Amino acid sequence: MKKHVSVRISRRGFVAGTTALATGALGFPSIGDAQAAPVKVGMIHPVTGFVAYNGQQSRLGGTMAVEDVNKAGGIKSMGGAKLEALLGDSQSKVEVGVSEVEKMNEQGVAAYIGCFQSPVGIAASQAAAKYNTPFLIDVGASDLIVNRGLKNVFRLKPGFGVCVDDGIASLGALNKAANNVAKTAVIVHESGEFGTGTAKLLSGKLPSIGITAKELIAHDNPTRNFDNIALRIRSMAPDIVMMSNYGNEYMLLARTLFQQKVNVSGFYSILGGGFNYKFVKDMPDVSQYMMDVNHWFNPKSAKAQELKKRVEAAGALFTFEVYLTYSNVMLLADALEHAGSADKEKLTAALAASTYKADLLPYGPTKFVNGQNQGGRPAVMQSLKGDIEVIAPEEFASAKAVFPKPKFG
Amino acid sequence: MLDPAFLLAGILNGLLAGGIYVLVAVGLTLIYGVLHIINFAHGSLLMLAMYAVFWLWRLVGIDPYAALPLVVAGSFAFGFVLYRLLIGRYNHGRDENILLITLGLSIVFDNAALLFFGGNTQTIDVPYAGTFIELGAAFLPLPKIISFVASLILCAALALYMALSDTGKAIRAVAKERQGARLVGIDVETVFAVSYGIGIACLGAAACLLMPTYYVTPSSGHAFVLVAFTIVVLGGMGSFVGAAVGGLVIGVTESLGGLFLGEQLGQIGISLIFILILLLKPTGLFGSKA
Repeated sequence: MKKHVSVRISRRGFVAGTTALATGALGFPSIGDAQAAPVKVGMIHPVTGFVAYNGQQSRLGGTMAVEDVNKAGGIKSMGGAKLEALLGDSQSKVEVGVSEVEKMNEQGVAAYIGCFQSPVGIAASQAAAKYNTPFLIDVGASDLIVNRGLKNVFRLKPGFGVCVDDGIASLGALNKAANNVAKTAVIVHESGEFGTGTAKLLSGKLPSIGITAKELIAHDNPTRNFDNIALRIRSMAPDIVMMSNYGNEYMLLARTLFQQKVNVSGFYSILGGGFNYKFVKDMPDVSQYMMDVNHWFNPKSAKAQELKKRVEAAGALFTFEVYLTYSNVMLLADALEHAGSADKEKLTAALAASTYKADLLPYGPTKFVNGQNQGGRPAVMQSLKGDIEVIAPEEFASAKAVFPKPKFG
Repeated sequence: MLDPAFLLAGILNGLLAGGIYVLVAVGLTLIYGVLHIINFAHGSLLMLAMYAVFWLWRLVGIDPYAALPLVVAGSFAFGFVLYRLLIGRYNHGRDENILLITLGLSIVFDNAALLFFGGNTQTIDVPYAGTFIELGAAFLPLPKIISFVASLILCAALALYMALSDTGKAIRAVAKERQGARLVGIDVETVFAVSYGIGIACLGAAACLLMPTYYVTPSSGHAFVLVAFTIVVLGGMGSFVGAAVGGLVIGVTESLGGLFLGEQLGQIGISLIFILILLLKPTGLFGSKA
């Protein structure tokens, strides 16, 4: 049975609420009001399985956004229709993600939002295409997601192509400022679509800034032990170690590189799944000077700061999953407002023509070309003294980068 | 071409990793040897023990190694009670029911952990995490050396306990001939519960030794179970010595495979050993024929 949303953002309530509060406040028409029919939004995230934390964070952002839209009066052009979130768990598995699409279609969803993992997003959005239902990719790095010619797929955030381009440009600038200290790199990546795709792009583009990729090292999820990868890296003595992997492996690899004293000029990750406030606070010595190219909120946005406070007050971290899914719900609400209807064709057209300005993100007005927002840009962060500082782009920078980093003792 | 100096480092890394595998596998092989079932809840119970270590550190500030006696005792009690109240009571004398019960428990534990602890990755940052011993090309982190030594000491202590104590003798008697043991007055059901408890206590010890270098999430325990099964098959089901030797062999195989063939292809060594041992010596290196 599909669960209707309830918005409680404590961790325990967050999971329990999906089953226990089936008739929660959101989207539940009050007796006596002549309310418009609610608009059902399918949110598919991996809230169990090996990337459960990321999925839970996305769900948190999504349900908070639904709450905010409804509190603000719903979709006004549709007579104040409320959003009603149908929450699905992909269990970090492709086939389950697809089956959630089918189940939610039976329940009449107007649009989907998901799925965190690229392979799940690719398959789930393909399934949604059968029904011409719009699918908003909140998190999912692979550019294959938007390169298949599907008219129903939209991605607000940048894919790994843009992240690699911007990451390479920033690394090139850092290296140039450091008298080109880095000439070689080793890339460690997870073996799925996200990590492999990112690593291939990186190795192809590194020569443009005078750096050669010595080796691409793939690893599975989960990996128990990174000692050998650390040993292999030491044997090759690269100047930079680049990483592209999910949270647990990112953290474990970082700790192993620290414990094995892998001394390089810098650790530079693209979409490093574990680079967040928890990582830098829990392991300040390990994370010190690590850099990551990733999604980031606009620190100058009052709405972003307010949402950050709300999320932290609920005992959660303001990670990119939270504000990306939040922003996607707001994008959908904006498109519904313009379409004036939950009709799938009208909604798809409204999304394709959207000029929505994501308040939380440093993006500018939305402009979709083949489903990909052209204004989406990542930021480059560095862990400095137990905190995360933005080091590029310059207009958002809060600190100067430390590169090359001091060697381990 | 890899510098030969890194070969020794790879072997040492493998031995250190194998030390932890040994402890996980010893628990599994003990439960198999006595109860003749595969404990499908093994990974989930390891995960629970890891959370216990984490929360003891987070809330009370107890170092993971200092927490070892407490966690081992708690794990034993938990395993004992679990067997008495659930597994022993509801298996109705059929081994296949135990399989289903432990599988069910695994699902319950995983989801309960997700509910109560969330899916976030939890780590313990001990002050000596960055301390290491340099041995040629090898940088051996102090926590891994401590874990390796402690693991072998615990295994040896357990083997001595099984060989010399009355309880150990009773466990071995039940493992060998359940009906005969009952006839000479051994309380077989209690021995089952004690054996299960000791198996889980091994996981408690493994959790204490793992946490300074690993992390815990609701699904993290399962990463060690498949390799533990391989070790048990390699060493011989029910054999302590086999689990110890098998753990170290698998650790080194995995390490050298990863070093020379890459992390993904390197895992093929473990699978090859598994297949070869099933083909050539199905009872394992130290296992006896049924």
